[in-house]
Amino acid sequence: MPLLRLDGLTVRFGAHTALDGVDLDVAEREIVSVLGPSGSGKSTLLRAVAGLRPADAGTVLLGGEDQSAVPTHRRGLGLMFQDHQLFPQRDVGGNIAFGLRMRGVPRRAAQERVAELLDLVGLPGAAGRSVGSLSGGEQQRVALARALAPRPRLLMLDEPLGQLDRGLRERLVVELRQLFRGLGTTVLAVTHDQGEAFALADRVVVMRAGRIAQSGSPAEVWQRPASEFVARFLGFRNVTGATVRGGVAQTPWGAVPVPEGTPDGVGRLLIRPAGVSFTGDGGDGGADAAAQAGPRCTVTARTFRGERVVVLLDPERGPQLEASVPLRHAPAEGERVRVVFDPREVVPLAGGEPADG
Amino acid sequence: MDLTGHQVGGEGRAAVLAEPPPPGAPAPSPPPPSAETVRARRRATAVRLALLAVPLVFFALFFAYPVAAIVGRGLRDGGSWQFGPAADVLTDPGIRKVLWFTLWQAAASTALTLALALPGAYVFARLDFPGKRLLHAAVTVPFVLPTVVAGAAFLALLGRGGVLDELWGVRLDTTVWAILLAHVFFNYAVVVRTVGGLWSQLDPRQEEAARVLGASPAAAWRRVTLPALAPSVASAALMVFLFTFTSFGVVQILGGPRYATLEVEIYRQTAQLLDLPTAAVLTLLQFAAVAALLLLHARTVRRAESALRLVDAGSAAHRPRGAAQWSLLAGVLITIALLLLLPLAVLVERSLAGPDGYGLTYYRALTSTDSGTFVVAPWEAIGHSLAYGAVATVIALTVGGLAAAALTRRAGRFTRGFDALLMLPLGTSAVTVGFGFLIALDEPPLDLRSSWILVPLAQALVGVPFVVRVLLPVLRAVDDRLRQAAAVLGASPLRVWREVDLPLVRRAVLVAAGFAFAVSLGEFGATVFIARADTPTLPVAVARLLGRAGQLNYGQAMALSTILMLVCAATLLILERLRPGRTGEL
Repeated sequence: MPLLRLDGLTVRFGAHTALDGVDLDVAEREIVSVLGPSGSGKSTLLRAVAGLRPADAGTVLLGGEDQSAVPTHRRGLGLMFQDHQLFPQRDVGGNIAFGLRMRGVPRRAAQERVAELLDLVGLPGAAGRSVGSLSGGEQQRVALARALAPRPRLLMLDEPLGQLDRGLRERLVVELRQLFRGLGTTVLAVTHDQGEAFALADRVVVMRAGRIAQSGSPAEVWQRPASEFVARFLGFRNVTGATVRGGVAQTPWGAVPVPEGTPDGVGRLLIRPAGVSFTGDGGDGGADAAAQAGPRCTVTARTFRGERVVVLLDPERGPQLEASVPLRHAPAEGERVRVVFDPREVVPLAGGEPADG
Repeated sequence: MDLTGHQVGGEGRAAVLAEPPPPGAPAPSPPPPSAETVRARRRATAVRLALLAVPLVFFALFFAYPVAAIVGRGLRDGGSWQFGPAADVLTDPGIRKVLWFTLWQAAASTALTLALALPGAYVFARLDFPGKRLLHAAVTVPFVLPTVVAGAAFLALLGRGGVLDELWGVRLDTTVWAILLAHVFFNYAVVVRTVGGLWSQLDPRQEEAARVLGASPAAAWRRVTLPALAPSVASAALMVFLFTFTSFGVVQILGGPRYATLEVEIYRQTAQLLDLPTAAVLTLLQFAAVAALLLLHARTVRRAESALRLVDAGSAAHRPRGAAQWSLLAGVLITIALLLLLPLAVLVERSLAGPDGYGLTYYRALTSTDSGTFVVAPWEAIGHSLAYGAVATVIALTVGGLAAAALTRRAGRFTRGFDALLMLPLGTSAVTVGFGFLIALDEPPLDLRSSWILVPLAQALVGVPFVVRVLLPVLRAVDDRLRQAAAVLGASPLRVWREVDLPLVRRAVLVAAGFAFAVSLGEFGATVFIARADTPTLPVAVARLLGRAGQLNYGQAMALSTILMLVCAATLLILERLRPGRTGEL
């Protein structure tokens, strides 16, 4: 039995449907990240699970029990708000002990638990500090400690690292995952930042307009986006219409080899940037495997991403292409190159839906 | 002193935090909400109605009922409504003169107040100078002063045997100037705090941006700052107009036989001529005028809540630079000294200037019943006033606090209507309310004629609007997600209120209590009717002393006024220390 089960969960704001029949299971000790653009309904999902927003249809089951008649404060959940919402009139210890007090935990035991959590989040001895004196990262840690203190059966995080700067965020997301794995916490996190979602979660759920667009392990979602929407949301640009026949797709860029087993027909195709590489100076010399040779292109821009460079290409035909190549192979701006496509990095996409968001 | 309730920030934030869709927005065939949603909504409505029950009953019993009773008494004859008197009253030349005077003195007072106080608003908002905080508090003292005290102070300054009379033989108490200046004295703080409060939060970089784009300082002010301030100026002006339109104590004392406002005329018709039909017509007239003003004000305030770039109050203030700013500062300080502080100083001086030189003669006289003006020694009025004020404060806090709690969530049309309704007692003829108490609450089950509770009830009626005005912006500014955070951590709704709301508004509650107390102390129009002869309040005692001839009575009136002023000023200065950062602008 999953710890959390959403069954056809629907929430409407007037004529706008924020959640549209969402089905989702979260197993005990699983860390699930809900990823989506703003307005996709992911925050509403958390609010509905917490009972802060009543469902218009469908059910929320926690441990197999229907929660529709259970008010927020009896659901035994933890929720970390995006901007933390620490109680300004209480000190750090008072904030962390809040949930324990609500549950009638004796003062001594609560104090011990507060100290234990402050150690856990790396702020030992901070119980007496005022929340106004905390930095953004420290506030985030206190908010986490406050949510964890009563040992909630499900911890929900709303854009947990949204307000922190990039470096801190990348470090904290790793810490968070290790912490949750160590404690065996069941986590449902919501974020619009794919890096955060992929680094944190066992499973990623991509949402679009109140529905689940794809659900799978980070690697699955990253390597095999289920739809053009997911592909574009993850930042892929090489998406195009294609007609597949006999292992080759006809696209605006010419013939593109597709993975074995791709059925014939008309559809959409993603060429991951790693699947776009260069054969040389852009002359006609590319003798090997003529079938794989793509169009000649001019390099218009380069973006440095660590050891790899994302190269933006203007092909002689078709829309712009993106290629991701190792630093030492990166051509200069204005250089003319001929590209080749690697069938292993070509992904047929389900549904011919237009891109949005 | 934001009677205007311009809750920039508070309201805006509340709007942002409210759940996405405006309730009741017409939608193309909205799907039927689930039973759970309907239940949640019904529960919220039920809670709100339960909270509103006490304020609603309070206003129905102690405001609507007495006012309706006295209007009915005046306009009903043998079971049928008589509207003949209405036409007669409105065409009576004497009444027309009163109406005309009421209107033009209110307009003139408002214009004069704006002219004198707007520079003050700028100085307090944008300039830094030593003693600014104290002066800011001092400027507010007149606003909470009983009108009777202000009348007495101006009499001491401008009246017969007053300071100007002694020095230069100048008397202004027979001219309209005394009334206008006293109105400025009262309402200076309304403008300084409403307009200045917003001005101090306007982001100066807006003006700087205009300057960089080529605007002269004057043009930048005219095109950037002025439009941002305009709604708050309009809102302050309407409030000043409302207060001066319904002015009673000041005109009663300084107006002499020549000048009467509508409210004074209602008092004359009711208490002296016993002409209830005329009084009823005038009451309705004033009621309509006040309701129109409040509606206009509510609209202005809503415009004032438009999105402005705000910074922390005072962060844009700087030391005066250049001759223009220095002379403006000097002008404002001189205005405050002459118009606000001098009358109060003169009041104290007169109370000490006994027949045999300075001393406490008049204060000592307060403890005896020799003068025959009272059944009891005048100083006992202090005790009565404090006791009544305390009870009135408790009532006002209860009623106003419940109303504010009910109005916190979601400002729908209904809520806004109730919001405006709560302000109505501020502008309704206090005389009518007081007299209405006497004729309406005189039979079982509500026979309160001989009960001491009548006075605090009438005083609380004026206190409630202040309590709501202070508490509402603070409650609305409480981030709703803070409440949600507490709920997720296991706090029940009641517990959420105790653990989150209460600690955040505790200081605002104290501020509200202070205002209610000060206003109750000074209430005159209604109290003058219902306070019994053996238990007068301070303002009633002052008015009675001023109404008698003789040096001793005059001196005692000054002494009692001084005591009343000191109590009010002390209350206010304590409030100023308590003032939480977020108490709106009150």
